[in-house]
Amino acid sequence: MNSSAAIELVNITKTFGSVIANKNVSLTVNKGEILSILGENGSGKTTLMNMISGIYFPDDGKIFIDGEEVVISSPHDAFKYKIGMIHQHFKLVDIFTATENIILGNEDGGKYNPKKAVEKVREICELYGFEIDPTKKIYNMAVSEKQTVEIIKVLYRGADILILDEPTAVLTPQETEKLFNILRKMRDAGKAIIIITHKLNEVLELSDKVAVLRKGEYIGTVNTSETNESELTEMMVGKKISLNIERSTPIDPEDRLIVDGIDCKNREGVKLLDNVSFTARSGEILGIAGIAGSGQRELLEAIAGLQHLETGKILYNNPKTGNTDDLKDKTPLQIRELGVRLSFVPEDRLGMGLVGNMDIAENMMLRSYRKGKSLFLERKSPRDLAEHIISDLEVITPGVTTPVRRLSGGNIQKVLVGREIASAPTVLMAAYPVRGLDINSSYTIYNLLNQQKEKGVAVIFVGEDLDVLTELCDRIMVICGGKITGIVDGRTTTKEEIGLLMTNSHGGENSEQN
Amino acid sequence: MDIISNLITQTLGYSSTLLFGSTGEIITEKSGNLNLGTPGIMSIGGVCGVVGAYFYTISVPEIVPIISVLITLLSTILGSLLSTLIYSFLTITLRANQNVTGLALTTFGVGLANFIGGIINNKAEGSSGISAFPEIATIYQTKLPFAEKLGFIGKAFLSSGFMTYLAIIIAILTAIVIKRTRVGLNLRAVGENPATADAAGINVNRYKYCATCLGGVISGLGGLHFVMQYLSGGWNKSAVEQFGWLSVALVIFAVWRPLLGILGSVLFGALYVIPFSIPNLAPKNQQLLELLPYVVTIIVLTISSMRKKREQQPPESLGTTYFREER
Repeated sequence: MNSSAAIELVNITKTFGSVIANKNVSLTVNKGEILSILGENGSGKTTLMNMISGIYFPDDGKIFIDGEEVVISSPHDAFKYKIGMIHQHFKLVDIFTATENIILGNEDGGKYNPKKAVEKVREICELYGFEIDPTKKIYNMAVSEKQTVEIIKVLYRGADILILDEPTAVLTPQETEKLFNILRKMRDAGKAIIIITHKLNEVLELSDKVAVLRKGEYIGTVNTSETNESELTEMMVGKKISLNIERSTPIDPEDRLIVDGIDCKNREGVKLLDNVSFTARSGEILGIAGIAGSGQRELLEAIAGLQHLETGKILYNNPKTGNTDDLKDKTPLQIRELGVRLSFVPEDRLGMGLVGNMDIAENMMLRSYRKGKSLFLERKSPRDLAEHIISDLEVITPGVTTPVRRLSGGNIQKVLVGREIASAPTVLMAAYPVRGLDINSSYTIYNLLNQQKEKGVAVIFVGEDLDVLTELCDRIMVICGGKITGIVDGRTTTKEEIGLLMTNSHGGENSEQN
Repeated sequence: MDIISNLITQTLGYSSTLLFGSTGEIITEKSGNLNLGTPGIMSIGGVCGVVGAYFYTISVPEIVPIISVLITLLSTILGSLLSTLIYSFLTITLRANQNVTGLALTTFGVGLANFIGGIINNKAEGSSGISAFPEIATIYQTKLPFAEKLGFIGKAFLSSGFMTYLAIIIAILTAIVIKRTRVGLNLRAVGENPATADAAGINVNRYKYCATCLGGVISGLGGLHFVMQYLSGGWNKSAVEQFGWLSVALVIFAVWRPLLGILGSVLFGALYVIPFSIPNLAPKNQQLLELLPYVVTIIVLTISSMRKKREQQPPESLGTTYFREER
């Protein structure tokens, strides 16, 4: 094994506006070595790799390849230094064959000769043990085959340093095992491999070294043989930081929503939710923790009636009538009418829930348009509601007639959450309501959720920050690969405990890509 | 026999206008740009040929055939290139809506062509008493020299002007480039999935500019061919526009393949010629028959949509603009 450094990063720093994505990250990958980069969502793993592959440019720091300092300012430069990145979202042309995709944009100066290229692809396949038909069209391929094409693509270009961004997120366990064998073969052939992941078991199984990032900061690199799960978890989640979020004791909690054994599959038949059961109680905040894309979205959508469920029951105890209904048989509208409200803040904020070009008052109307009796729109009450939200939640806006699109992210989220709360819900589901918000706005949202809880609402809070979850929630449910791996008490649990449950993918995991 | 060979020659004449138009549009659409400005570009291309012919005729005492052809070709190429550049700049650099831009360009192009054509028609009559440029048009209509010697085949297939054969050669070359070269592979990738092409190091905007401009120029040649073949070098209101729309329809008929475009253009050309060749046909029946190309297009579109074969679908990103940061 050759142990000279293939790539070395020294004090790499990258900021986006005021957000620090990477701070003083230094790492080294040797030839013939697999390095895992481990970290929670938003810890800066992908940003770091994008700097190596030329998509972003570092603000500060140096990159050395084979001992020489280099500047990588475009994907083209990255190819030049034999760096190949396998993105999480495949970049393939569907109607091309595997080979056509592999040779696309590859200006090797030679004559265009697809037949020869097919031969070369076959050689690479034999060398590393890929099983793929070079003449098969991409649209006929399964996800794992597409990934194989992506890997061959970078090998074809002669990459010596391979970066894989969460390669196992879309694979079945058997396919993962196959991929790992191939990666080991490539390591033995002297390639340097960097793999981004947040699955601890994979890290321990595959890699030689582990580098841990936490909230943009580089925590350290350890040799896999000298570490264990709990040490890595501690590095990943860090010591507890006190946030001083108020938490009142739940008053007379009663079972409001009983979810019993629900399953949910996506179009390819991959299970997104696997036998999920839990109870949400009134006057209580139930936190949901998990790596992004572990099934949180599907779970909330299932309750809101937006997902088709294979099996199981969702029982709702109606506090007004005392009846118990199964939400599975109801339409999303009926579920809403019962007081089950969903406020989902997606990555792009405006994607679901608000219409960017409409003003605040009009966005209020999106929820009440069916109530109109006359031919023309009734603007008075949504306008009042909008003004209410603006003053109560301190939304910074020139007025109620300003298009929502022009508000800042935090203010958009306040409008979204405010609207759902205004309807006096009995169950409030908030997914990532503080995503991208500054500290003060986040506290406004926490207070809002606490107020709802005190009013006896069953609040379900999907969060990313473990510090927040452990301080805000009464109980925390941990989801991993569509399965509930544990429900813990928010007052007594530790971040390490949750961290372990979050990455605890025993066997048949199938988390979707995030 | 003479009637049949005559019919074939006529068909080939009309079909070459369509073939220029559709080959140009196929190249454009392969880059993911839907250029509905084609009828406008063909009109401008045609009228620019007339302008070239006019200035050449009034500035020299005697017409030299080869130079007159070069000048008219050059002015057509220049005119259609400039008008396509309007479209390219708006849709590629400024990322304007392709449909709106294209339709606007057609309205503008047809109007401008009619305006310029009107001026030339007046001027030509006023100064030298000619309404068109038959001398130059005749050069364009000259049959291949060996056509007469080859019997029926020669009479039917080799009796057209050189532009007809140029159209077929361009279509074949286009097919080869798209299918068998690196440039063609890159072009198809740009039209299918520009983000992937970009990540592979292909300059997406450069490919889009080159494809739309080259496509526009080839379409423009169709306008010139029509002017020289059927209007003896003069200008006639909106005759070219009609062929422009048929060319756009032909692209769908040919499922974005230039070789099928050749077959399709011959079929469309025949459908266009037949109504005029049936003796004693009532005008209303003739107009009914003129609808045939469009009916055929609708049928083909229905069938290809129903079969859902991936290779027969339009380029995936057709009609959308590409902006790297929107990944």
